[in-house]
Amino acid sequence: MAVLTEEQTMLRDAAKAWVQEKAPVAALRKARDSGNLLGYAPEAFREMAEMGWAGVVIPEAHGGSEFGYLSLGLVLEELGRTLAASPLAVSAMAVASAIATAGTEAQKSTGLPALASGETIAALAVDETSRHDPARTALKAEAAGDGYRLTGEKVFVAEGMAAGLYLVAARTSGAPGEMAGITLFLVPADAAGLSRAPRHTADSRDYAALTFDGVTVGKDAVLGAADGGGDLLERTLDIARIALSAEMLGMAVQAFETTLDYLKTRVQFGQTIGSFQALQHRAAKMFSELELTRSCVEAALSAIDQNADDLPQQAALAKAVAGDTLNLVSREMVQMHGGIGMTDAHDAGLYLKRARALEALFGTTAWHRDRWGRMQGY
Amino acid sequence: MADFGGADSEAFRAEARDWLAANFPPSLAGVDVAMAAATGPVEGDALLWKQRMGDKGWGVPTWPTEYGGGGLSPAQARVLQQEMNRIGARNPIGGMGVMMFGPTLLEYGSEEQKQRHIPPIVRGEIRWCQGYSEPGAGSDLAALQTRAEDKGDHFLVNGQKVWTSGAQYADWCFCLVRTDTRHKHEGISFVLFDMKTPGVEVRPIKLISGNSPFCETFLTDVKVPKENLVGPLNGGWTIGKRLLQHERNSLSGGGGSAGRFAAGTPLDKLAKDHIGVDGEGRIADPDLRARLIRHQMEARAFMLTLMRAQAESKSGQGPSAATSIMKNVGSKVGQERAELAIEIMGLQGLGWEGEGFSDKELEQTRNWLGGKATTIYGGSAEIQNNIIAKRILGLLDHQ
Repeated sequence: MAVLTEEQTMLRDAAKAWVQEKAPVAALRKARDSGNLLGYAPEAFREMAEMGWAGVVIPEAHGGSEFGYLSLGLVLEELGRTLAASPLAVSAMAVASAIATAGTEAQKSTGLPALASGETIAALAVDETSRHDPARTALKAEAAGDGYRLTGEKVFVAEGMAAGLYLVAARTSGAPGEMAGITLFLVPADAAGLSRAPRHTADSRDYAALTFDGVTVGKDAVLGAADGGGDLLERTLDIARIALSAEMLGMAVQAFETTLDYLKTRVQFGQTIGSFQALQHRAAKMFSELELTRSCVEAALSAIDQNADDLPQQAALAKAVAGDTLNLVSREMVQMHGGIGMTDAHDAGLYLKRARALEALFGTTAWHRDRWGRMQGY
Repeated sequence: MADFGGADSEAFRAEARDWLAANFPPSLAGVDVAMAAATGPVEGDALLWKQRMGDKGWGVPTWPTEYGGGGLSPAQARVLQQEMNRIGARNPIGGMGVMMFGPTLLEYGSEEQKQRHIPPIVRGEIRWCQGYSEPGAGSDLAALQTRAEDKGDHFLVNGQKVWTSGAQYADWCFCLVRTDTRHKHEGISFVLFDMKTPGVEVRPIKLISGNSPFCETFLTDVKVPKENLVGPLNGGWTIGKRLLQHERNSLSGGGGSAGRFAAGTPLDKLAKDHIGVDGEGRIADPDLRARLIRHQMEARAFMLTLMRAQAESKSGQGPSAATSIMKNVGSKVGQERAELAIEIMGLQGLGWEGEGFSDKELEQTRNWLGGKATTIYGGSAEIQNNIIAKRILGLLDHQ
């Protein structure tokens, strides 16, 4: 655990207590079984926002507490432990950060307070195929009158059905495959010509397919530089990746602890199965990977706070290491539980399903390894 | 909490700086005198530096002054280290006496034993070696059989020790012996003897690397005076284990060998030089490239973990749980690095001696082989996993 300030420790402890009481794994199960398209419980998210969690990285002048990314990461880790569903990672961390960094005064004063209060949920509409690759952005934004007209599609937009606002990556010049020529737009979900449809995935969370059929927006919808949104997009995605890494760390820690408890209680051959060395060494391996992952995730969160030059490297490292670790722990969770781990009544399957979704979102483990390798000169 | 930011420490910083300016021979910047002293006498500036640090007690800065130690607080010791780093001064006092035996004797030794043995360690005058492992007692150390019979005023010791690091250079040995054959752990005692005692015979063991850092030590009717028993008779296992904790710490700490094996320049340039690049400037062998990246990421994660553990322990949270993984991760990263380097270089990476290879290449071959010991000594990787499973994760022994 990183060295925390007293306030950060209090925030973490508050999040831990709240999550255990108000958002146990059973809450996700309930949302799934009720067919809730949002993937999360709106009343729970309202409580999170009331506690200030949606405004942790937003400046005080715009309704937030400006308490930093490591602080929000602590909350996300606790939420990850119980698979607590919320749009915090993409809305309150990634999009909030993009608007706070690059927004005009008008964009900040209209956008940020609504995100901080939880009144508006924002989502990242970037990918157009199921494999993450922002450079492949093809959704067209043509000059039209005083603004732009957007035509194209986005797929698997996380929190897409709940969102009231999208940060959309669109192409204003260049060709798919290039980061140059991308422009970012803030588009309200109720814009004329924009339609959405849910995509039901194994993790029971909210993904939407978006269709932009000549959606017109003004120039004031552009976030950052027109035709030069590539850098801001990468930074925003890196922050989203680090947010997911924090959530993945929490998930992996809990999946491991649940499995460890089982090793200590399940009796076969007259002894707890955790006394078998074959399982002990696999448990020790998972523990080691979790410690390494924590170091990478906490360093990446701190890198955002410190505005570090190597943020892209840190994000790729955190996402890839967290992806590998969560993949391992979620597989072992099912295997070490044996038959009970295969049942829907047990939590193991919920961790396994969410794990793979987070591994894929905003770049798979292999994608980030390759990206990190390029940046390191390999 | 007193820390190196505090006023006391800052006052000490000035004191340390002045003393180092007056006493550290600049010719020794970056020179590891302790390493040289481990295998033979040192002279000139090296001897001067060793004597000065020995007299000052700063080679073991936190040990008590009554036995010659520096008597510094941990915060002051960190300041001293920072000041030494600043001018490239390396601690000339080292070895097993400092790392392992001294701290253990300070905890368990009698007053007479401490008065006799600690000051020479402080001054770097006596080299110690460790008589632990035996042919039949490796990972299962408590199975040791070297027998110490009670002969009134002395013990008569017979048996064989193995993997005795540096025994060929050592002056004294701290040794685990069996004083009761009826009990396994409760039949072990911790004794000290002079390596010049009749009946002590040392034979270096040649390893796969061609080097001989370890020895076999044969003990035949070796007389060990009763005053050299540390702690109670048959109470040596507790003391012996405590010493192993000091060993593990020295093998896995931030500046320890795990960190040293994991460090080193990245392998990207080596790979590009030997393999070449594709049209996009990437290492041309995609499979090797992927494995190199995976390795380098783990090395980076390991370094971040060393930094985190250091920050946590400095902040007074107590030792980080992460320290338990350091030896295994560090040794694995170091071994993988060596294997990858050889794979990249082909037969040029397997040079043994003679023409056609640079010194660096020859050294790399020896280090690759020597590094295989890192997952075996100091508690093998498997034993480390047992320790994590039992002590950290709370899993039970198999019945």
